[in-house]
Amino acid sequence: MNKPESSPLLDALNLEVHYGGIAAVKGVSFSVMQGEMVCLLGANGAGKTSTLKALARMINSTGEIRYAGEKINELPSHVLINKGLALVPEGRGIFARLTIAENLTMGAYHRQDKAEIAADVERIFTMLPRLKERENQVAGTLSGGEQQMLAIGRALMGRPKLLLLDEPSMGLAPIMVAKVFEVIQSVAAQGVTIFLVEQNALLALKVCSRGYVMESGKITISDTAPNLLADARVRAAYLGE
Amino acid sequence: MDIFLQQIINGLTTGSVYAVVALGYTMVYGVIQLINFAHGEVVMIGAMVAFTVITSLAGGALPAPVILLTAVVAAIPVCMTIGYLLERIAYRPLRHAPRLAPLITAIGMSIILAHLALMVWGRNPKAFPQIIANPVFNIGEASISSVQISIILLSFTMMAGLSWFVYRTRFGIAMRATAEDVRIAGLMGVNADKVIAATFVIGAALGAVAGVMYGSYYGIIHYTMGFTLGLKAFSAAVLGGIGNLAGAMLGGLLLGLVEAMGSGYIGEITDLCQWSLTSSMLVEQCKDGGNFVLFGSNYQDVFAFLMLILVLVFRPSGLLGERVSERA
Ligand SMILES: Nc1ncnc2c1ncn2[C@@H]1O[C@H](COP(=O)(O)OP(=O)(O)O)[C@@H](O)[C@H]1O
Ligand SMILES: [Mg+2]
Repeated sequence: MNKPESSPLLDALNLEVHYGGIAAVKGVSFSVMQGEMVCLLGANGAGKTSTLKALARMINSTGEIRYAGEKINELPSHVLINKGLALVPEGRGIFARLTIAENLTMGAYHRQDKAEIAADVERIFTMLPRLKERENQVAGTLSGGEQQMLAIGRALMGRPKLLLLDEPSMGLAPIMVAKVFEVIQSVAAQGVTIFLVEQNALLALKVCSRGYVMESGKITISDTAPNLLADARVRAAYLGE
Repeated sequence: MDIFLQQIINGLTTGSVYAVVALGYTMVYGVIQLINFAHGEVVMIGAMVAFTVITSLAGGALPAPVILLTAVVAAIPVCMTIGYLLERIAYRPLRHAPRLAPLITAIGMSIILAHLALMVWGRNPKAFPQIIANPVFNIGEASISSVQISIILLSFTMMAGLSWFVYRTRFGIAMRATAEDVRIAGLMGVNADKVIAATFVIGAALGAVAGVMYGSYYGIIHYTMGFTLGLKAFSAAVLGGIGNLAGAMLGGLLLGLVEAMGSGYIGEITDLCQWSLTSSMLVEQCKDGGNFVLFGSNYQDVFAFLMLILVLVFRPSGLLGERVSERA
């Protein structure tokens, strides 16, 4: 067993992302320890999504990304899930024309252990009973909150070691947000390392142990969650004080 | 004579061929939004390969059905290889290029393949050997040949097989996921290159069989046949809603039927002698039961495209094409 916070599972060093000539992420460094839940806060346009996409190799970046000790900068996106790195993208990214069951099947696409996959589907359905009821409906018919649940469930089907979450609360009613965060916390409790991007700083800092604040492509503050909650700059910028 | 039932049978036959070819267009379009204009030529080469196999084996010791089967079995891997190479050499390097670039490349590939066939098989039409007895069965006034029966049965079997593959297997689900969002599918571990290559290869395999069916039915093949056949199958795919498998099947069958009905009845409908107004002006031509036909069945192609235009005016996304909202 790995003790929590013993070794970095994810390490980013001087990460930079450019769109054409425009820099969206301007040399950020951060790390996430095994078993930790860390958040990345920041306003709209700060570069959070670009950072996550770079980590998941959906877009190219410069600098270094080390995952489980291995440099992954040059790897194609589709090999990462095999190594235990999963992303729940911004806007959920469920397959709207596939059924809920098929979406979950896709989450386990890289796995071969049929019996275990079936058991995991049952586990997800126990955790998210609303999805079970609508197993054979196309996912596009789900509400936003249910789609978010499905997106998380689908990522869990890959049995990730590190789960990257991009604004899971975006566009959801407060009740749904609370439910989604309950699920995220229970996933963390199972030992999955989580790197959570959020605009909702209050919510994020309540569940994470540490956080980074990103502004215009740079990380400007890095601290423990309680300290960030007390930080005057954070309170002013993200908690509306 | 009532030709209605006969035209239904003929329309179903050609429609089946269109449908199988249309699947190749729609699968590729569904996954990478490319109109693979060279697909018609892949079908043509399938027919040509089968022609070569049959002519070289006919008269030998092998029984005719075995020869025909050998021809199909030879045409399939040849077409699959061409489909794979098309994707690998011509389209993959342009996958992130502006959309006009792969489109023009596709037209170029179509021309190149047609001319390769010209070099290999020559410029004259080839009589596709009819080596198997083709008994004809009568249904009332209409008749159906065993070639027609075979084409319809084989096409429906292939369509059912493809549907099973795409809707029931893990790889099929991955294909549909890739069609919906290639980058998200990548996050799930789907190698887009493999899926895209597979769509080309599967479409080409279906096309090979379609080529043999075409040759067996019409009895004549030519290196330019891929153009019209491809255009019609592509129209069928658009008619049904491009990117939609069921749409391609429906579109193909419908196109075949409309074409058959059109060519069957256009002479009657445009016979000016049946209208009193015009027949009085054409007394000479109409006397003694004569007729004055404005359009003959050689206008059958018009119907296919007329229907396509009409459908697109009223349902731009095709009959089964739909826009599923991403968010509820
Ligand atoms: N595909 C893109 N092309 C060009 N610019 C982009 C693209 N995606 C994001 N950007 C720009 O990069 C910056 C960071 O965006 P993003 O990473 O989405 O921020 P966040 O997730 O924090 O809101 C923004 O200024 C945005 O306009
Ligand atoms: Mg974002």
